[in-house]
Amino acid sequence: MGKRLTIWEQAQLLGHSRREFLQFCAWLAAAAGIEASQVGQIVHALETKPRIPVIWFHFQECTCCSESFIRSSHPIVSDIILDKISLDYTQTLQAASGAACEKSWKDVVKNQAGKYLMLVEGSIPTEADGVYCCINGRTALDTVKEAAAGAKAIVAWGSCASNGCIQAARPNPTGATPVHKIITDKPIIKVPGCPPIGEVMAATIVHLLTFDTIPQLDRVGRPMAFYSRRVHDTCYRRPSYDAGLFVESWDDDNARRGYCLYKMGCRGPVTYNACSVTKWNNGVSYPIQSGHGCIGCSEENFWDNGPFYNHLTNFPGFGIEATADKIGVAAAVVATAGLVGHAVLTSVRKREIINEKLEK
Amino acid sequence: MAATTTYERVYVWQAPVRMYHWINATCVLMLVATGLVIGNPPAFISAREASASYWFGWVRFLHFTAAFLMTFAFMVRVYWMFKGNEYARWTAFVPNSLAAFRRQLREARMVLWVDILQIQKKPIDYVGHNGLAALSYFVIFLATIFQIFTGLALYEPMSGWWLPHLFGWVTPLFGGDAIVRLWHHAFVWVFVLFTIIHVYLSIFHDMTESRGEISSIVTGVRFVERK
Repeated sequence: MGKRLTIWEQAQLLGHSRREFLQFCAWLAAAAGIEASQVGQIVHALETKPRIPVIWFHFQECTCCSESFIRSSHPIVSDIILDKISLDYTQTLQAASGAACEKSWKDVVKNQAGKYLMLVEGSIPTEADGVYCCINGRTALDTVKEAAAGAKAIVAWGSCASNGCIQAARPNPTGATPVHKIITDKPIIKVPGCPPIGEVMAATIVHLLTFDTIPQLDRVGRPMAFYSRRVHDTCYRRPSYDAGLFVESWDDDNARRGYCLYKMGCRGPVTYNACSVTKWNNGVSYPIQSGHGCIGCSEENFWDNGPFYNHLTNFPGFGIEATADKIGVAAAVVATAGLVGHAVLTSVRKREIINEKLEK
Repeated sequence: MAATTTYERVYVWQAPVRMYHWINATCVLMLVATGLVIGNPPAFISAREASASYWFGWVRFLHFTAAFLMTFAFMVRVYWMFKGNEYARWTAFVPNSLAAFRRQLREARMVLWVDILQIQKKPIDYVGHNGLAALSYFVIFLATIFQIFTGLALYEPMSGWWLPHLFGWVTPLFGGDAIVRLWHHAFVWVFVLFTIIHVYLSIFHDMTESRGEISSIVTGVRFVERK
């Protein structure tokens, strides 16, 4: 492989004008949530830095992350990322197939060691030596280890790659495992969600490509720009919550008035994501705006923290329909009954003592 | 029983212990009540606009205020565990030697024998906590620490103050806010059970022993039989 071109050089080769290139830089800035004053920095980066090769792997997943990504509200951004910037391998979308397809990521791993970004969509099964997910006769486990060896950084797309998601729900028959539990020596950026918001995905990639640095991450490795606030804290129904106005059942007047879905099991108060700000489908809506509570799809083990439509979830280890309150009330009743029994026993056994003291 | 028993006044509960008891009792009642409302708010079918009221916000505000008050009172109490008299010190709750552990075990057995099963009628003579009570206070101290840690971890993301941010690491240990909230909610029942049993036993001891069990937490003074 020869010298890697910068994005500006490549854009020129493809016949784009300077004006189009600058427009593109402004789109990138908007997608990444960067201030207008820093567009110059992006222009400079794309003019001088060789483009970063990107390989996108698909393991135990449903492709909803890819679907979400190609529908991000600035289609030009995703087109440019997919077609022109750097995507060297993604088996779902690329034209090549079979051996040519496999060759494309192996070439990157071999020739660009330490320079490429690895994007992972889907979890990696580890039970039975990982046979539950094989591509081209190799297990996902082997592939991810080989490909990660030379990666500059890894992006874990969606809840599958970030925390296992549905296939890791109890009892997790395939041993579905998120990337960070398999690859421990590389920077990993988690972009959880089922799927993650397309704009959030695009913006994360834009940040990595233009600044060549890891965005600021929270404690569990998610970009702070999109995952530092709860869905609840930015929800347009939040005033109903503070006013104590709640939907009591799906077809009551409160539901029609658009009150808070807290009592219907909405996971907004325990879910970190940008849904209420960025919304979905070009900013059309998001689950709560459509009248359905958040199910917390970007949170770890959300699938096991059910039922989705109860605010008080089942308490682990006590079977179905055992909330903390039911167990607590039962314990309080038993304790009270015990104390009443004890009081009766006391009045019999210690009557002399009590009487003597009272009568002096 | 002898017809006359002479009692001696003993100053047991120092002022910080009594103050902690009552501040904590008030806070726990407030926290349990507001916590249960936050966990399962009452139903109103209402046509009001959200801008017209803020009652749920006030319930949460009371919960957070009581929580901070309880936290700081607890910190003072922990300090007093190293400064106070022998009944207030940490060694009154946690055995600090094998001999102390054996004594606590023996006392707990005696409590079971005398107070719970009531096989022996004559009350046991002790000044501070008995062995079983000490253990139950130790458990409630641990439960208090648990609630402080999980509560501040839940509070942290919406706070600009540095103190709650010291507890952000708790959440990933549980695997997310949902699980932290579940446990924070479940632990309320530890306090409910403790309160029921604690109040009952105070009355029980006062009635069967006449040592001023209940007034002692106001005055600090208990009565011990003079030998």
